[in-house]
Amino acid sequence: MSETSLSAPRIFTPRRKTGTIIFNVVVFLLYLFLLAPLLIVVVISFASNQYLSFPPEGFTLDWYAKLPAQETFMSGLRISLIVAAAVTVVVLLLGVPAALALERYQFKGKGAIQSFFLSPLLIPSIVLALGLVLLFGPLKLNNTYAGIIIGHVAVTFPFVVRTTLMSLATTDTSCEEAARILGGDSWTVFRRVTLPLIRPGVIAGGVIAFIVSFDEAVISLFVAESGLPTLPVQVLRYVENSADAAVAALSVLLILFSMAVVAIVERVMGLRKAL
Amino acid sequence: MSTATRTGQVPAGPGLAPGVLEKAKAKRDRRTYLALLAPAVLGLFVSFVLPLIYMIRMSFNEGGPDGVVEEGFTLQHYIDPLTDPFFWQVTLDTFRMGVVVGVLCVVVSYPVAMFLARSTSKYKGLLTAAAIAPLLTSAVVRTYGWMVILGDNGLVNSSLKGMGLITEPLKLTNNMTGVTIGLVEIFMPYAILAMISGFGRLSPQLEEAASSLGASKFKVFLRVTLPLTLPGVLTAFLMVFVLSISTFITPRLLGGGAVQVLATEIYDQTTGLLNWPFAAALSVILLVLFGVIVGVYQRLTRKIGA
Repeated sequence: MSETSLSAPRIFTPRRKTGTIIFNVVVFLLYLFLLAPLLIVVVISFASNQYLSFPPEGFTLDWYAKLPAQETFMSGLRISLIVAAAVTVVVLLLGVPAALALERYQFKGKGAIQSFFLSPLLIPSIVLALGLVLLFGPLKLNNTYAGIIIGHVAVTFPFVVRTTLMSLATTDTSCEEAARILGGDSWTVFRRVTLPLIRPGVIAGGVIAFIVSFDEAVISLFVAESGLPTLPVQVLRYVENSADAAVAALSVLLILFSMAVVAIVERVMGLRKAL
Repeated sequence: MSTATRTGQVPAGPGLAPGVLEKAKAKRDRRTYLALLAPAVLGLFVSFVLPLIYMIRMSFNEGGPDGVVEEGFTLQHYIDPLTDPFFWQVTLDTFRMGVVVGVLCVVVSYPVAMFLARSTSKYKGLLTAAAIAPLLTSAVVRTYGWMVILGDNGLVNSSLKGMGLITEPLKLTNNMTGVTIGLVEIFMPYAILAMISGFGRLSPQLEEAASSLGASKFKVFLRVTLPLTLPGVLTAFLMVFVLSISTFITPRLLGGGAVQVLATEIYDQTTGLLNWPFAAALSVILLVLFGVIVGVYQRLTRKIGA
């Protein structure tokens, strides 16, 4: 709405300049709003205030130093890392071949299958979470690693398919053709030619799957709150009871971790395309 | 697996009937793509389709709180939430929250998307990444950040108190205000992403033409820019709407139990009351609401894309 102020009649050039400045200031403030929760967490993670308050009274690294002693966070971290690693492997094994089939072969019902593959993104995770709990009850999969991993596979799968498809679509098939003519069998052609070509998509899909699983809270909460609380579930529980700064240091580490993922995805294929 | 069959796409070698190679290749292809697709289809069936089927079936079972479930068929769990004033209110509140968050989110995301779509800066890539990177940070962490900003001893209240503007803290958490502020920020990256794609088709020449014909900047915006970017705005709104009505973490934490929407109600009915059939019915209602909007959304994007 900054444009409104531009309609005031003035001499042409200065008006244009003030307009641009106002617009840029508005955009800057909106960026500040967008990044505010992340910035504030960083600030208070270094503040020496015993209880949550402002302004920060001094600088301390205490919150970070105390982290390793927080057993709940550490066990949550362990569980989350195991789950995220397993989910990444499973979802790559399922997603990359599926994307390959969609991109390199012609068959009936292809559009439907592709929509089906991307549809978990369109389901509220709380609904899926409840369904999983109900399904897992008789199967005795609640509060197990298998249960959490199965649940996370659904929500991470579409990312892998999408990034791999994008990489496949932009690569030239002539190299694969050439390798085949030279006598490579399907597996060799895939491993030696296709895979190196689509590596950016596979890497981007893999790291996105990892971070989505690592940060996923709702499915983990429903499926394994009591038995195998993941790190987001532990943080959620903690924050529910008190919003003090103890969890800020941990949050900063989680933010840094996400930033690392963002940097990788941005580098290999561009964040905008991958999401 | 001779090399001959593999060269099916190049002109067939001498001495072979023309149709044979193609047929063999088609058969082999069929086996390959089925083998490639099967694990994924099976995986999604187990992790995605089966849970939803189970949930829908459960919503028709008889039963009540404390985990009492009897196999059967009843519509009671659908009639209850739609006739009970409390649940009717919850559904309405959810819907209203979706609309308010959607509108506000689009308003604050529009300038950023416009800026990014037009930017010729060498930092454009970095700025775009900064705008959508929060998408990949934990929702719990970002909600926690908002609790720190909006809480009774948070940044906003401490600053206002420090300046002597207020004596009692403003109530910005444990109510819908806090949830709305948090959700607007949390869904901004989605709205920005959706709008940048929509703005790609806006050509600056049209705006230049309008302004060289004497239109004021405001008029150019109102008559040229806004109508051309409206499709992107609409898709962004619908996307944020569906995300808001189904989100759980932020209403739970920033609402502090005082904000009841469908998602928090599903959780309470599940973990608190163990009323499985009722929670399942609420989920189906949410899913239907969600599905209708997504259907509209996809139809719109297809239309706009065409």
